[in-house]
Amino acid sequence: MGVVVEMDNIRKEFPGVVACDNISLELRQGEIHAILGENGAGKSTLMSVLFGLYQPDSGSIRVRGREVHIANPNAANRLGIGMVHQHFKLVSCFTVTENIILGLEPTRGMFIDTKLAAEQIKQLSDRYGLKVDPHALIADISVGMQQRVEILKMLYRNADILIFDEPTAVLTPQEVHELTKIMANLTAEGKSIFLITHKLREIKAIAQRCTVIRRGQWVGTVAVADASEETLAAMMVGRAVSFGVKKAQTKPGEKVLEIENLHVRGRGGVARVKGISFSVKRGEILGLAGVDGNGQKELVETLVGLRRADEGRILINNKEAGGLSVRERIAAGLAFIPDDRHKYGLILDFSLEENMILKSYHKQRFATQGLLNFTAIRAYAQKVISDFDVRSGRGAGALARTLSGGNQQKAILGREIDADPDLLIAVQPTRGLDVGAIEYVHRRLVEQRDSGKAVLLVSLELDEIFALSDRIAVISNGELVGIVNTDETDENEIGLMMTGLRREAVR
Amino acid sequence: MKLRLSKTSAVSLGAIGLGLFAGALLMAVTGSNPLAGFWHLFRGGLMNIERFGNSLASSTTLIFTGLSVAFAFKTGLFNIGASGQMLMGGLLASAVGLYVPLARPLLLLAMFLAASVGGGAWGALPGWLKVKFNVHEVVSTIMMNWIAFWTVSYVVPRYLRDVFLETQSRRIPAAASLRTEWLTELFRGSYINLGLVLAIAAVAVVAFLLERTVLGYELKAVGHNKHAAQAAGIDINRRMVASMAIAGALAGLGGFVFYAGYSVNIQIGVLPAQGFDGIAVALLAASSPWGVWAAATFFGILHTGKGFMTAMTGIPPTIADAIIATIIYFAATGVLIENVWDRYSKRHEQRAARRRRVDLEQGVK
Ligand SMILES: Nc1ncnc2c1ncn2[C@@H]1O[C@H](COP(=O)(O)OP(=O)(O)O)[C@@H](O)[C@H]1O
Ligand SMILES: [Mg+2]
Repeated sequence: MGVVVEMDNIRKEFPGVVACDNISLELRQGEIHAILGENGAGKSTLMSVLFGLYQPDSGSIRVRGREVHIANPNAANRLGIGMVHQHFKLVSCFTVTENIILGLEPTRGMFIDTKLAAEQIKQLSDRYGLKVDPHALIADISVGMQQRVEILKMLYRNADILIFDEPTAVLTPQEVHELTKIMANLTAEGKSIFLITHKLREIKAIAQRCTVIRRGQWVGTVAVADASEETLAAMMVGRAVSFGVKKAQTKPGEKVLEIENLHVRGRGGVARVKGISFSVKRGEILGLAGVDGNGQKELVETLVGLRRADEGRILINNKEAGGLSVRERIAAGLAFIPDDRHKYGLILDFSLEENMILKSYHKQRFATQGLLNFTAIRAYAQKVISDFDVRSGRGAGALARTLSGGNQQKAILGREIDADPDLLIAVQPTRGLDVGAIEYVHRRLVEQRDSGKAVLLVSLELDEIFALSDRIAVISNGELVGIVNTDETDENEIGLMMTGLRREAVR
Repeated sequence: MKLRLSKTSAVSLGAIGLGLFAGALLMAVTGSNPLAGFWHLFRGGLMNIERFGNSLASSTTLIFTGLSVAFAFKTGLFNIGASGQMLMGGLLASAVGLYVPLARPLLLLAMFLAASVGGGAWGALPGWLKVKFNVHEVVSTIMMNWIAFWTVSYVVPRYLRDVFLETQSRRIPAAASLRTEWLTELFRGSYINLGLVLAIAAVAVVAFLLERTVLGYELKAVGHNKHAAQAAGIDINRRMVASMAIAGALAGLGGFVFYAGYSVNIQIGVLPAQGFDGIAVALLAASSPWGVWAAATFFGILHTGKGFMTAMTGIPPTIADAIIATIIYFAATGVLIENVWDRYSKRHEQRAARRRRVDLEQGVK
């Protein structure tokens, strides 16, 4: 087995961070080589260097034994290197064919020969089992299909070194499964693949070797068959991690949140939530599963009071809450952990203590006659900080901006849980966190459930939904596909429901 | 905290330094001696007690307009309308001063209130337009400037006109003027007036409001991140209107101290430049209230000194304006300077870290 790519001592610095600190690795002919690391480890940067998007500060690259200088993505293309980015780069009002030939249109005289191109694309698609319709509009096809168009784009340019940057982040479990098969087909035909991911299970399923990066540094390259998920996780995080959360049986109590026939419009007046009803009871975690962009955002915004429903009712503790302001809902017992903590959760230029009172500064204990009581605020902030193990170099006075993502999330968690809510709405509560912080957040959420709170968990990660939820509600295209008990279902079924199939049809 | 302070003051001082340097270049290329130019520029503003008094008098209005812009900025709003708010504040204060027969302290108090209301309304309206109809405050405050301009042009000749000149209002009576004998005498007949006391009090009040009160906390929360503020239950629309009203009232008071302190009447056909200079003051002060005081004093000295410089050296007064303009420019692009600063200190840190690592490794060997 020959080596097709050798990256030797690649270093890349951005202002203030060393994204890649002298990393070396090699890609063998016909292998799937996983690159594993937490968010911000430097995976995308390393591969962008190979694809010519960034120039390394030092180090060298050899492709098929020849030392090369990859000045830009065109140079990478000429070397047979292709990349599918984390965010697709497709023109949505063009057809599949038009997107694929963009930049190297085959011409006949003065005209673009789309017919020929479509023919070639069809052949490629059949050969690798991609099932792409060359004439479909990008706007009309699913995200999974769009990803295959990106793959075809690489193949059409005769790439045989393929880079996939977190390709499964946007896919349903079924689509992930299909992608796995496609990648196997590609390597069977002699292509070599770099696969960036932070999901251990995928690596075990398809990769032969795996290089682990932590904070810009090379940790090791291992044969996947010889490494357990635990080993890989430990390499990624730098310490042993435990999987799974211990959850005792509880008996759900009365309903805390109840929504009936909720209709909500999103931006531009498009209907995004179409008649959803469900309830969350004391002592349970209801997981809301769905592919990103299926109405979760609008639903949550309506529940917390940032958006108004067109129709339907919201009840908190049996009281009408649909007309309440954000503050009134907080007073009614609602707590909210947003997915975008920088935008909705924290004021980054406020100190940690100022952030801790963001929802309670107006209460008697922190404010008298319009003046803030800083002694009380500091004492309170310090209590929450120690209760929730928020690590801040400079204590309660440090700017929120200076904290790591995990500690920012712990601070939010502390603020929301300490308010002693009846209902906790947590949206993607572990997004972008390292494994250790994920563990912590999960434990705290389950603790809330055990102490009799109602928890609504909205997540795109099925693992998270399954680990925490007592019941799972599935949303697709703004409609509730169904609600099932977690111990009576599996990822496959939920995955199918996420595509909009009713449970009866799934079975 | 200490680091943050020193960084922002580094930006401001850097901007001043670069502005003065640009001024020196300009003087040099126009064939004058920069050292002599600066000597006379600063002497002109500080030379004797009267001139120093005039510098302080110039700074008085700038403190108010600077506070106005800085205050709105803390809530994430850009108040370009200080000029118009000044005019409306000055107009109402003058009208009260001319028409209401009250004893001096009460009269001054009434004028103070009238100016706050006039300026406050002129600021609140753009705030309301923004939250109600999503009209950007930069656009609406500029339009409000011109509405104020024409309102003054209409009202002054009809109701407040001077006996001889219809382009200006009557002189306000001594009881309605902020000039006061002991201050004028103390500073040997300069323009300095009670407005300065008001201005410094305003700096303290604004600083207190922003740092210690619930309202200040809410306004800053909205200014830093209105999404998070809204999700936390703060009524961001009301707060934005409140912020613009307070900013307008501050600029309106600037009109009070200018038209009834520095000046004795109000002219038509002038959009007061102090309103726009307030932007420069706020920028240079990085929106800190005490910084506004310092920056306004600095600009006050330049304003007073430039005439003297011209008289003594023949350097055109526009050079002083160019210096101010350059300082504004560098203060506004302070982000850039800040970045360079950041990078420098980061690199410094990194180098130190690397050195430590090397030491360590060698130690191991
Ligand atoms: N264009 C850029 N400018 C500055 N910093 C960047 C840039 N791209 C990435 N970084 C930083 O480099 C580090 C590695 O990022 P990235 O390669 O995207 O990580 P990963 O793909 O492993 O999540 C992060 O700290 C990130 O903030
Ligand atoms: Mg990445």
